[in-house]
Amino acid sequence: MAEKRLMTLNMGPQHPATHGVLRLILELDGEIIVKATPHLGHLHRGVEKLAESKTYAQVIPLTDRLDYTNAMGNNLAYVLAVEKLLGMEVPRRAQVLRVIMAELQRIAAHLIWLGTHALDIGAMTLLFYNFREREDILRIFEEVAGGRLTPTYLRIGGVAKDLTEEMKDPIKTFLEAFPRRIKEYETLLTQNVIWLKRTKGVGIISKEDVINWGVTGPTLRGSGVKWDVRKAFPYSGYEEFDFDIPTGTVGDVYDRYIVRLREMEWSSSIVEQALEHLPDGPIITDHPGVTLPPKDAVQKDIAALIRQFKVVSEGFRPPEGEVYASVEASKGELGFYVVSDGSNHPFRVRIRPPSFLNLSALPKMVEGRLIADVIAVIGSIDIVLGEIDR
Amino acid sequence: MAETHVGLKKLQENFPASILGVRHFRGEVTVTVPKQELLQICQYLYSNPDLEYHWLTDLCGLDFFPQKPRFEVVYLLYSVKNNERLRLKAKVGERESVSSVESIWKAANWLEREVYDLFGIPFENHPDLRRILLWDGFEGHPLRKDFPVEGPDFDKPFVPEV
Repeated sequence: MAEKRLMTLNMGPQHPATHGVLRLILELDGEIIVKATPHLGHLHRGVEKLAESKTYAQVIPLTDRLDYTNAMGNNLAYVLAVEKLLGMEVPRRAQVLRVIMAELQRIAAHLIWLGTHALDIGAMTLLFYNFREREDILRIFEEVAGGRLTPTYLRIGGVAKDLTEEMKDPIKTFLEAFPRRIKEYETLLTQNVIWLKRTKGVGIISKEDVINWGVTGPTLRGSGVKWDVRKAFPYSGYEEFDFDIPTGTVGDVYDRYIVRLREMEWSSSIVEQALEHLPDGPIITDHPGVTLPPKDAVQKDIAALIRQFKVVSEGFRPPEGEVYASVEASKGELGFYVVSDGSNHPFRVRIRPPSFLNLSALPKMVEGRLIADVIAVIGSIDIVLGEIDR
Repeated sequence: MAETHVGLKKLQENFPASILGVRHFRGEVTVTVPKQELLQICQYLYSNPDLEYHWLTDLCGLDFFPQKPRFEVVYLLYSVKNNERLRLKAKVGERESVSSVESIWKAANWLEREVYDLFGIPFENHPDLRRILLWDGFEGHPLRKDFPVEGPDFDKPFVPEV
């Protein structure tokens, strides 16, 4: 009898289906995966180290670049942590604006996921549709914040710019069309035989396992755990919105797909509710040591000019302490653990990246399955390496 | 606050001698415990039917250089049952190790590797303790406070030996 040996296959880091620079070492018995070992760090930029040498406000642009498909959500998680550290209240209007932007961003992030995931499995058409809708959202961001991919829209204590009445129109137009768009996507995939064969029963992970591996987000809910940070620890006024948490039953690739589609519908419903009940008022708190003075005051009033200079150059000194704040980002629970030693720059900014822990469960999902399933599973857990490697 | 936090109450009842410090800040509870008893306490928190801390949300390190002992390992636990978070901390000196909690939460596998990579704190009984973000052969641990933000060769490209 011939000697039986395993074959080692190196997948990535430059591979279109690994969604960035993930490298997988696959040990194969024929086409069956015996062992999968992810290798990370190709995109490591030392964000946590870098944050320690910046003022609190200067860290916000760094967070945009973690999960670059979910910049608004990243901003939100960080500013929530700093506001908690300061014990600061945020005006109602700013909170609702944050919810609108975070939910639009969730839709945009899920659209990228859907397009690339379907492309990986072989359905190319969807990518063009998804990027068409995503473009609408990015245009809205550009109008509101000035940036598309990395808007840096949130500020400690509020948001950077107000949403004017004219800017509401493109959002309303988008929301009107979007439910119909989702139906379009569904006609292409939900009952497509090839799609079902590639996703049903693939990459199954049980309820107990997802919790034990620290998996969060749609991957957690796909396995039937009804848990969402927006419901468990409501932030930014989420308790006032009416929405449900979609869950799956089996925990396979298909369930995660359905969960994300339903999430997009709920997100668009949340934005609709938020637009309807957008309160009037200031968009940022007036805290002399922390927030900037109004721009026109800076040009006329010397005290305001001094305040602007002090806030920008020195920053502020929060009390000594440590806080953890998390949001439901598009990939899962994104948390910021900020430790202050009382100086004007953070002592430690620890980022709890959802994709990092979601990816750690990948070997569990693919071992014993075919190579082709790896592609489907990576797509379904929706990793972004910018966040994993930081 | 102290009355309503079930996890803290149970810890105070069952491990009165092991609690080195409790801090309440902005509604969050932080408990410092000795590192020798960490694994035992974690096991208790995980398996006690009234607590069920089944989620290890986060695990990270802190460096208080030049204080001694310089490191702290921070565990953030979450219980769905009581919908509460509990932060555990253990002080660790330089060249000391901590027992791994990988046997309780699989999530600790990569998180501990990251702490080992960026702080240089080794974990006992970890099944696969390798660097995770940086490459094998990298010298130093970047998140230590005595590691420079900008090294002398920061503008030179790094070419690894193949």
